[in-house]
Amino acid sequence: MLRQAQHERIDQALAVQAVDLVKDFGDTRAVDGVDLAVPTGSIYGLLGPNGAGKTTTLRMLIGIIDPSSGTRRVLGRERPLEAASEIGYLPEERGLYPAMHARDAIAFMGALRGLPIAEGRRRADELLVDHKLGDWARKPIRTLSKGMAQIVQLLGTIVHKPRLIVLDEPFAGLDAINQARLEELIRRETRSGVTVLFSTHVIAHAERLCEQVAIIAKGKVAFDGRVDEARSRLRPIVRLRTRASDGPWRSAIPASARREGGEYVFELPEGGPEPLLKALIDGGAGIDTLNIERPGLHDAFVAIAGDSVAAAMGEEKPQ
Amino acid sequence: MMRFLRSAFVVGRRDFSATVLSKTFIFFLLAPLFPAAMGTLFGGIGARVAAQTERPAVAIVAEQTEFRRIDEARNQLVEALGDGAIIKLVGYSPEPDRAAQEQRLLASHTPPIRAVLSGSLDHPRVVGSLGNDPATLSQLQLLIEKARAGDRDQRSDMDVTEVQSPSGPSQSDRVSTAWGAQAILFFLTLMLSTMVMSQLIEEKSNKIIEVIAAAVPIDAMFVGKLFAMLAASVLALIVWIAAGALLLQVIKHGGAASLPPPAVGWPEFLLLSVIYFGMNYLLFGAAFLVIGAQASTAREVQTMSLPVTFAQMLIFALAATAINAPNSPMALAAAAFPLSSPLTMMARGAEQPEIWPHVVAVLWQAAWVALILRFGAQLFRKTVLKSGPRLPWWKFGRA
Repeated sequence: MLRQAQHERIDQALAVQAVDLVKDFGDTRAVDGVDLAVPTGSIYGLLGPNGAGKTTTLRMLIGIIDPSSGTRRVLGRERPLEAASEIGYLPEERGLYPAMHARDAIAFMGALRGLPIAEGRRRADELLVDHKLGDWARKPIRTLSKGMAQIVQLLGTIVHKPRLIVLDEPFAGLDAINQARLEELIRRETRSGVTVLFSTHVIAHAERLCEQVAIIAKGKVAFDGRVDEARSRLRPIVRLRTRASDGPWRSAIPASARREGGEYVFELPEGGPEPLLKALIDGGAGIDTLNIERPGLHDAFVAIAGDSVAAAMGEEKPQ
Repeated sequence: MMRFLRSAFVVGRRDFSATVLSKTFIFFLLAPLFPAAMGTLFGGIGARVAAQTERPAVAIVAEQTEFRRIDEARNQLVEALGDGAIIKLVGYSPEPDRAAQEQRLLASHTPPIRAVLSGSLDHPRVVGSLGNDPATLSQLQLLIEKARAGDRDQRSDMDVTEVQSPSGPSQSDRVSTAWGAQAILFFLTLMLSTMVMSQLIEEKSNKIIEVIAAAVPIDAMFVGKLFAMLAASVLALIVWIAAGALLLQVIKHGGAASLPPPAVGWPEFLLLSVIYFGMNYLLFGAAFLVIGAQASTAREVQTMSLPVTFAQMLIFALAATAINAPNSPMALAAAAFPLSSPLTMMARGAEQPEIWPHVVAVLWQAAWVALILRFGAQLFRKTVLKSGPRLPWWKFGRA
């Protein structure tokens, strides 16, 4: 009884939970012992380069494919399809029936998840108007631009008012305006208590949106926790420009400091900013500028996942 | 179970609407018109050619009274055997130069003259090329004998009482009903099989398959797609049957009611036709849906179509062996083999009056439909979605 109550508390606290998930495709291990815990009501990012195992992990979590081993629990159910009516899913490879009208496509996606078709159409009309696509409601998908079709599919993902929204690379292929719209939509959904789990290989999106991230590289979770926690693994970065080129103040700067455009760039020493400042002033550095920057998620990612993985992710810049 | 059915319904409703409301469905409805139109066209051409190609005739060179007696004898034979079976006669008055007249008539092309009969009924004389046509000569002899008999050959009066045959329609009539029903069922399923094979291509090429697979069980998607196609086919079938019955009513005296009745009776037979059409479609459809699901392009589906058509023809041939021998070991084997069972049992319905074998057969076929769909869904998950742990082949069915 006590055990069951504990389970229920965990179920309520965690929207998604995965323990030691493994997926083999033939002799290739695509996902290798992934553990995840996505808190209810949070925006959770699955971060990693292409081929890291993000999509396979998501597909296992929502029940499209079964894991080779390990367990998953989604909205309190071990068989994710049982919770299908409470989940919205936007796959990485977008697709809609080209001949279907936009409102029907949204209603159809809702109907797949248990929403009555008439109600789906009614909500579709509202959503399309809200997203400035009202004029396109009764036009076939094939007449919409790629960005519009993506928005329509996204609206189909949320039309049944799910408790968990799973988005696989949702920003891919969207222009800057639509990316911003999508970010706003994600924030709006979470304000009403919805959990959003999304994968991306663009760090900036995760940095802007997520409270928690899991960094996946080569099928394994390299880090799982709050974004602040990931950043706190690195020391703040100091950028210093001085008038004096040499003097006793140089002993205050770590030996690992590098020069970038006339600035010294180094990690803030363990003692913090005050002893550093004192040593620089007393040593006659003649401080021109001094910035102490909090490390970004990208820096944390490099530190956690390694340079090669970070380089693979650096190919696409956020808009 | 309710969730399964609801999911299948959602997928099926989308497919049904997409099929029936598309412009191409009109072509689908008109499909049987093409062979019918071809048949009418070529039949008409054939009839015209036949009409234009005059049958060779025999010229009767005789006085008017004698010719009339011969012609009367011919009319009596035509009444019994039909006009096409009796030689055509053309009368000519005798001319002074008989030999010249015979030569001229034999050279005539309008109408072509096979032989010339001259002289009198008592001393007839035939000239012509009859070496390869003994039947014409025999008929001429028969006509002359009948003409000679004249009034003496009065037809005897006979009391005729019409009774219904106790055995109803003959076995050969029922065989033709069985054969016709089997053929219609086979061609309908053949026509639909390629369509079913390409059912999942749309989802795959539009990449919507993942959205569906994430929301509903694959089995439900298969069932939905299969029943949507079945519903569209039944709709077309109703249109075709109604059009066919109307056509029969127009062109055949007595309409559809004049067709030889099947052993189980018309209402039962029509019900069985719909059930077996459904079962045949579901069995082949399930198999073809599974095969087609493995293809990723329309080209691959086309490549698969030919062997699949041949396989269907073999199964049709197996089922056809049951006609006229519904209790033979071969017929029983064909009834037991799931893919030939509906065709075989359809023919049985035309030939044998018992209903219970049909109940057993329908249950047996339904079980196989479920089995094929279950296997197909697992195969789809494993090969297309690449899901689940790899299993050795002997454990495949347990996944």
